[in-house]
Amino acid sequence: MIIDHPLLGPRDAAEFVYLGDARLINRPDWASLDADQEFYEYLYLRDNPEGQHKELWYHEQGDRSWLVVTRNTFTHEIINVELAREVAQNSGR
Amino acid sequence: MMKYSVWNILKQGLRGNRDWPLMWREPAPQEQYDVIIIGAGHGMAAAYYLAKVYGVKKVAVLEKGWLGSGNTGRNTTIIRSNYLLPGNEPFYEFSMKLWEGLEKDFNYNSMVSQRGILNLFHSDPQRDAFARRGNSMLLAGADAVLLDEKLIQKMCPFLDYDNARFPVKGALWQPRGGTVRHDAVVWGYARGADQLGVDIIQNCEVTGFDIQEGICRGVETTRGPIKAKKVGVSVAGSSSKVMAQAGMRLPVESHVLQAFVTEGLKPCLPGVITFGAGHFYVSQSDKGGLVFGGDLDGYNSYAQRGNLPTVEDVCEGGMAIMPMIGKARLLRMWGGLMDMSMDGSPIIDKTHISGLYFNGGWCYGGFKATPASGYCMAHLLAKDEPHPTATAFRFDRFQKGLMIDEKGVGAQPNLH
Amino acid sequence: MFSRLPSGGLIDREHPIEFTFNGKKLHGYKGDTLASGLLANNQLFIARSFKYHRPRGVFSAGSEEPNGMVQLGHGKFAEPNTKATNIELYDNLFAKSQNYKLSLQYDLLGINDLLSPFLSAGFYYKTFMWPKLFWEKLYEPVIRSSAGLGKLSGYPDPDTYDKGFLHCDILVVGAGPSGLVAALTAGQGGARVILADEDFRPGGRLNADREEINDCAGTEWVDQILAELETMDNVRLMPRTVVFGNYDHGIFGALEQRPEARPGINKKPKSVLWRIYSKRSIICTGATERSIGFGNNDRPGIMLAGAMRGYVNRFAIKPGENTAVFTNNDSGLKTANTLAELDVAVTVIDTREDKGKLNTSKYQEFITGGKIVDVKGKKAITSLSLGDGRSIKVDSLAVAGGWNPNVHLTCHKRTKPVWDENIFAFIPGDNLTDGMRVAGSVTGLFDLTSTLNDGFEKANDTLEELGHKPCPKIAFKTPEESTELTPFWYVKEAKGRCWIDLQNDVTTKDISQAYDEGFRDVEHLKRYTTLGMATDQGRTSNVTALAIMSEYTGKPISETGTTIFRPPYTPIPIGAFAGRSRGKHFRPTRLTPSHHWAQKQGAAFVETGNWLRAQWFPLKGEKHWRESVDREVLATRKSVGVCDVSTLGKIDCQGKDVAEFLNRIYANPFLKLPVGKVRYGLMMREDGIVYDDGTVARLDETHYVITTTTANAVLVFRQLEFARQCLWPNLDVHLISTTDGWAQFSVAGPNSRALLNKITDDFDLSNEAFPFMACANITVCGGRRARLFRISFSGELAYEIAVPSRYGNSMMETLMKAGEEFNATPYGTEALGVMRIEKGHFAGNELTGQTTAFNLGLERMISKKKDSIGNKLSERPGLNQSDGFRLVGFLPVNKEKSFNAGSHFISKGKDKIMANDEGWMTSVAYSPTLKHTIGLGFIKNGLDRMGEKVHAVDPLRGKNTEVEICSPHFYDPEGSRQRG
Repeated sequence: MIIDHPLLGPRDAAEFVYLGDARLINRPDWASLDADQEFYEYLYLRDNPEGQHKELWYHEQGDRSWLVVTRNTFTHEIINVELAREVAQNSGR
Repeated sequence: MMKYSVWNILKQGLRGNRDWPLMWREPAPQEQYDVIIIGAGHGMAAAYYLAKVYGVKKVAVLEKGWLGSGNTGRNTTIIRSNYLLPGNEPFYEFSMKLWEGLEKDFNYNSMVSQRGILNLFHSDPQRDAFARRGNSMLLAGADAVLLDEKLIQKMCPFLDYDNARFPVKGALWQPRGGTVRHDAVVWGYARGADQLGVDIIQNCEVTGFDIQEGICRGVETTRGPIKAKKVGVSVAGSSSKVMAQAGMRLPVESHVLQAFVTEGLKPCLPGVITFGAGHFYVSQSDKGGLVFGGDLDGYNSYAQRGNLPTVEDVCEGGMAIMPMIGKARLLRMWGGLMDMSMDGSPIIDKTHISGLYFNGGWCYGGFKATPASGYCMAHLLAKDEPHPTATAFRFDRFQKGLMIDEKGVGAQPNLH
Repeated sequence: MFSRLPSGGLIDREHPIEFTFNGKKLHGYKGDTLASGLLANNQLFIARSFKYHRPRGVFSAGSEEPNGMVQLGHGKFAEPNTKATNIELYDNLFAKSQNYKLSLQYDLLGINDLLSPFLSAGFYYKTFMWPKLFWEKLYEPVIRSSAGLGKLSGYPDPDTYDKGFLHCDILVVGAGPSGLVAALTAGQGGARVILADEDFRPGGRLNADREEINDCAGTEWVDQILAELETMDNVRLMPRTVVFGNYDHGIFGALEQRPEARPGINKKPKSVLWRIYSKRSIICTGATERSIGFGNNDRPGIMLAGAMRGYVNRFAIKPGENTAVFTNNDSGLKTANTLAELDVAVTVIDTREDKGKLNTSKYQEFITGGKIVDVKGKKAITSLSLGDGRSIKVDSLAVAGGWNPNVHLTCHKRTKPVWDENIFAFIPGDNLTDGMRVAGSVTGLFDLTSTLNDGFEKANDTLEELGHKPCPKIAFKTPEESTELTPFWYVKEAKGRCWIDLQNDVTTKDISQAYDEGFRDVEHLKRYTTLGMATDQGRTSNVTALAIMSEYTGKPISETGTTIFRPPYTPIPIGAFAGRSRGKHFRPTRLTPSHHWAQKQGAAFVETGNWLRAQWFPLKGEKHWRESVDREVLATRKSVGVCDVSTLGKIDCQGKDVAEFLNRIYANPFLKLPVGKVRYGLMMREDGIVYDDGTVARLDETHYVITTTTANAVLVFRQLEFARQCLWPNLDVHLISTTDGWAQFSVAGPNSRALLNKITDDFDLSNEAFPFMACANITVCGGRRARLFRISFSGELAYEIAVPSRYGNSMMETLMKAGEEFNATPYGTEALGVMRIEKGHFAGNELTGQTTAFNLGLERMISKKKDSIGNKLSERPGLNQSDGFRLVGFLPVNKEKSFNAGSHFISKGKDKIMANDEGWMTSVAYSPTLKHTIGLGFIKNGLDRMGEKVHAVDPLRGKNTEVEICSPHFYDPEGSRQRG
């Protein structure tokens, strides 16, 4: 696969390390009343769709950017690539 | 119903092999069953034991494709019971014992071949971990032998002893491990279940559940609605998709695992061999092909196909540990969908929806579990309580902190 | 009798070649394949089939070959299962037949053929079940030894394989007529083009046929195009290159054979595995001919009609004096015409009733509506029998059953091929991805003009898509050609078995039995009968079998579909995939900064991940490793020892929010760590399991250096980047791994201070000025930059000193020289391990990713006043069970006894079963300080069981040792030595 890195252009996926569902950005608030349940769901439950999936890739053999890649899990087509830092900031983190 | 035996082979052979009966019926779905099982892999085994051991007769197995089109027919056919943790080992040993009696049980030769599995280790800490595991196996009543380099050299003279990047220091050997002809397992269970009255319905995809007031009363399928008192889901690889129809999110990701087979070769491997310093495990099929695999591609996928870097990584592992296979040609590579769970261990449990039961999360170790998984699922469906060897495979273990994490990598499915 | 024609062909008669087959010296020419070389020497019977060991000969002229498999080369160079049709003949080539017992001519396993009624599809599933033990001991070994084809040599593969990467705008696969035109057009349009073909001579069918293009012989036209392509810098022509797989995003796998490699003579790479990155691709892979089923249609001397045409035209081979063509389509007649021109008596048996306007006078006989029911001649065809009872003597037989487009590459990404009712074969589906196009006969266009035009048009479309100017239209003039076909799959009236999959020995009867038993799905048919699973992947058999099955089920093929095409297109050696990553080069080796010094001392080394570390430093006269290790420990504890600990992960953290960041990363608090101090840090995963531990040193207001364990260096850095970019993107934190940047040495022992005083520049090392857990930027050896940490893993007064890596080796030398007066001793990983066990520090064997802070006795370190990774989920009840595992120490009750790591604990008097398993021994060492074996381990409720005696059972090694539970701190439990 080839990931079109927002800063570096197209790069072979072998340069990256895969983490998983991009929801891992949305780490719950530890002080929330329901924090036990929220952390359990955050860490363990996944939508795991067949189709479009937002996911985290880390450019370990490159510039060490974490990316949010929108990819189709059936065709492997990549629809969008963003810097995870920006996604996180835009989501209010 | 024909009993398979050498006499029947002779008889039929002399008659020109014209009178072999159907191996199983092709019934149309009935309106209602006691139990419906979705998925004809582990599910077929569950139906067989439900009918045979637990006396539940009105059972249907629904398969969206053809029998064996799921993971039971897409794996490297290895069986073993060499687990470390008490949540796992008794279950896999139970499975091994079922394998050992399987052919007699269902009168079908699925070629259970106990030629041993050799887990090589390459460092002192790895030896310590394997010793801990071997002792677990022995305490659980399984078999295990710790081999030193000399004994391995005798058994496998073809490993790289002289020029290895990670020298072989020893191995944990389970003599009762081995391989089974995977397709024949499905066919054997199907034939056995069919003879016990189970309806096997192929090309029947479940499109929804009939859930009213928290109770599951049946399923919607591409061949119409079917009612049931209990519904068991056993669709590893597609678990998330199917359970989403019941509104559930699972502690599971779907990943692709590639497997490989070479052209047929005269016998050259004694049993199953796994490399401890790279991603490579291999055995030789009865037809002579080297059947091997390695690591997951590593990303969520439903594609049932993988990419080149993994192929190269696996072959590098193979050449590193047994450089004689360089001239064996890779004939076919394929990808299976793995239900990668959050601790690397499976789930066999009730759901919060009454009448709906789940079996999945087998990661890439589901094949060896087929008999016990079916048995324990049947037990759960029949008795509403877990089988004694499967009490740890619960949904709530993640909430309670009772993970069964053999590899110790945590909630990172692609590392299990 | 087959023979070489006196003239003609595309062989180089100026270059004769001598080769050996089954011990016989034979002669061929440059330009021959092994198959054509054998045929020219009338070697028809060259192989035994897989299951029934029937005599077989060359059946095709390409990689679809099901029969003609040989062993190429001998000794350690032996290459099993090599298709004679794919080997370019070279001088002194050595080949022999395989898969027989005794000899090719007299194969004992030929008996399988006589027993065939009892060895039908799936027979093995129905028997061999009794008695149980006989399966592994008798049945299976017998089956296994008769199955399989060739043999591996058993020696390490002596050949070299290379790998490479290529990039292009347009990849054209297949250099037949459409591929050549496509590449030429794309090249002229200015695109960067790769043209790959598996044959050593590009041209495809034009090499095998006698075609004319623009009034010029087809082969000459090929030469012209090739000459033109060679002048283009933007075109890379790759003959001998099979594109075997189509992967995501336009990436293809290809294997290029390198003919200059000569096994045993030179060490040149035998092949190159290319990963080709293409923006667009044009698949021009052509089509493969299929056979027709009739009685004994597997005899040597029977081959596909297109192949026979190729052997005549390309290789100048005469297939005997009397020959026949069995066909259901016009392409078979092309072969008949070629043969008729050779002065060979040709009988044409056409399954079609109507011969139309055809001129049949050049044939010996033309039989319409004909059917071959049987063939005589065990080791080479002698005659054939027709449905009407007539027998015709022949030396060879060409069979033409139609053509199957080579759709493989279009299907690797799960695009399904579709059934084409015009050609009665599958063609590529139309939902191709990643810019793939198909051109030529792979699309079902079988006449030359259409093929050429298609190649041109698809190339032009591609050019346009990529923003290049399209090329002006090229006109092609070729003679008119008819490709009419009436499907005919097998002769129902056949006498004897009709072979469908020649390599796996599957017959029409097996297919009908599979139907009877319910294996009617295409995938079931494949798996039950093994049809299409052989090395040719059913390229000559699959469609025929599907057609036969569809006759039984009454379902059209368009509904049943075909089995899934998987890579590789043709089998690829494992060695080629591995390339040079084997032996010592399997993985890179990381050397510590003082490696060369250690090597000079004669150190023993050990693999630690990719690192190679000094394990111990034997002195003259030391015979056993324990002698060296014990000495190193004692010397360190008595005076001073030095160890290279550079492999520990080092992460440099800078920014004004580093304290806050680390406070969220580590379980214990970090907001108040003063400048100049080091603190131990415990890191958890989000699931509350201990991940790693290390030290955090604050060198400056905004500058921290943290260490990780060797094993987790990469993982922890990754996790920190995740936290920094994804979880807390607004913190001002910058990270870089400096593991490779700094060489770090542990200087441990009562004399460590004195030693360091000799090399540091004016730095006060006194306990008051630089106490335990202090750190500083300093200089050494007259102004060299260094970092000093007062931390101790050994439990002694100790320091870790870091210098830029390039000074690592000389720092080691300097320390050892300065330490001479203290008898300073280098120590390796073993002594390091012994000292940490004596001290009760946990390490990799305890940090298994399954242990909690509670298990390690560190539960009070987790600060509950703050959020940190893993804090919340570490509170789950299952991780805090009161009788949970606790890390404690173990002593042998009888001090003479020893025990092993990996033993399990069972209370005295209890049975040795899993239910009574109370924990396990993690680390064991002989303590030279205490003079007996000591161990660390996890045992249930361990902290409350001090002094209790339990069994450390180790049935794996036949050991059972009574041990006493004790504190894990065997040595200096108060820690006064490290503070001194």
